[in-house]
Amino acid sequence: MPDRRDWPLFEVFVRSRRGLSHAHVGSLHAPDAQMALRNARDVYTRRQEGVSLWVVEAAAITASSPEEKDAFFDPAGDKIYRHPTFYDIPEGVEHL
Amino acid sequence: MNDHLSGYALALGDDALVAAQRTGEWIASAPQIEEDVALGNIALDLLGQARSLLTYAGSLEAPQRSEDDLAYFRDAAEFRNVLLVERPRGDFGAAMARALVLATYLGELYERLRTSTDEMLAGIAAKAVKEVAYHRDHATMWVLRLGDGTEESHARMQAGLDAEWPYVDELFDSSYVDPRLVDAGVAIDPSGMREPFDARVGDVLAQATLQLPAVRAAEGGGREGRHTEHLRELLADMQGLARAHPGATW
Repeated sequence: MPDRRDWPLFEVFVRSRRGLSHAHVGSLHAPDAQMALRNARDVYTRRQEGVSLWVVEAAAITASSPEEKDAFFDPAGDKIYRHPTFYDIPEGVEHL
Repeated sequence: MNDHLSGYALALGDDALVAAQRTGEWIASAPQIEEDVALGNIALDLLGQARSLLTYAGSLEAPQRSEDDLAYFRDAAEFRNVLLVERPRGDFGAAMARALVLATYLGELYERLRTSTDEMLAGIAAKAVKEVAYHRDHATMWVLRLGDGTEESHARMQAGLDAEWPYVDELFDSSYVDPRLVDAGVAIDPSGMREPFDARVGDVLAQATLQLPAVRAAEGGGREGRHTEHLRELLADMQGLARAHPGATW
């Protein structure tokens, strides 16, 4: 086991109830993934916040870079036809 | 019969109360902040079990005593806990050895007590059995990693185990349980739990490359109120505030 100052960082995801997606809630340090899962249970679900937990080593996440923000996200800005807002919704349909 | 039942609930309640206080001493002293929280949760589970058991024990007495009367206003000689739970905190290896022993024992006990003919004990056990299953899992994780870890972690885990093991026998000494309570299906004869306990702990120790200690059993006596100096120190800490301000509430 490495020195605890070198313990890897894990990102924690909690599914708050069945049918919802896991959502990121925070991070913690642990010597390995199994201990991270238990730490996550103790730190993030003390008040019945969830029914399922994921932990992912932070180093395993590939993230978009802030410098690439313009190229990644701006081109979607003027393409309103991608939004499903051009349909007439029949009367009486509630969940559309 | 109520005397014996009350005494039985008191013994189990004192085990949980003293273990809770000792475990809680780790808060802010554990190897990492996540472990502070983990041990804090475990201590609070044990405290919850203690509250239920002591409330029940006190309700069977005449005159009745409250959980606070029992927790804060008895001296060491009136406590009925086993000596294992009053052992000094020690290093993290000793603490995890103690935690593994206690949680494995409590798991066997509560599993059987769930079907007690006494509804109150059965109810308390049904809630507690899930809690101690997690405590056992937590202790197992650490014993495996420390035992099968570095040279130093292995040596300290083994030393902790050797230091705590003499206090195991007392857990399974059934002389404090009235046989009539066992016959009536109310109480559990702990001597019958020794075999499954040894099997479970033996599995973990083998996986962790640790040796089952070959040590002589310590002299017991906790169930009769013969305690070590460590309990008096623990109680001074736990009871000081309540005794300085009797009847104080939040």
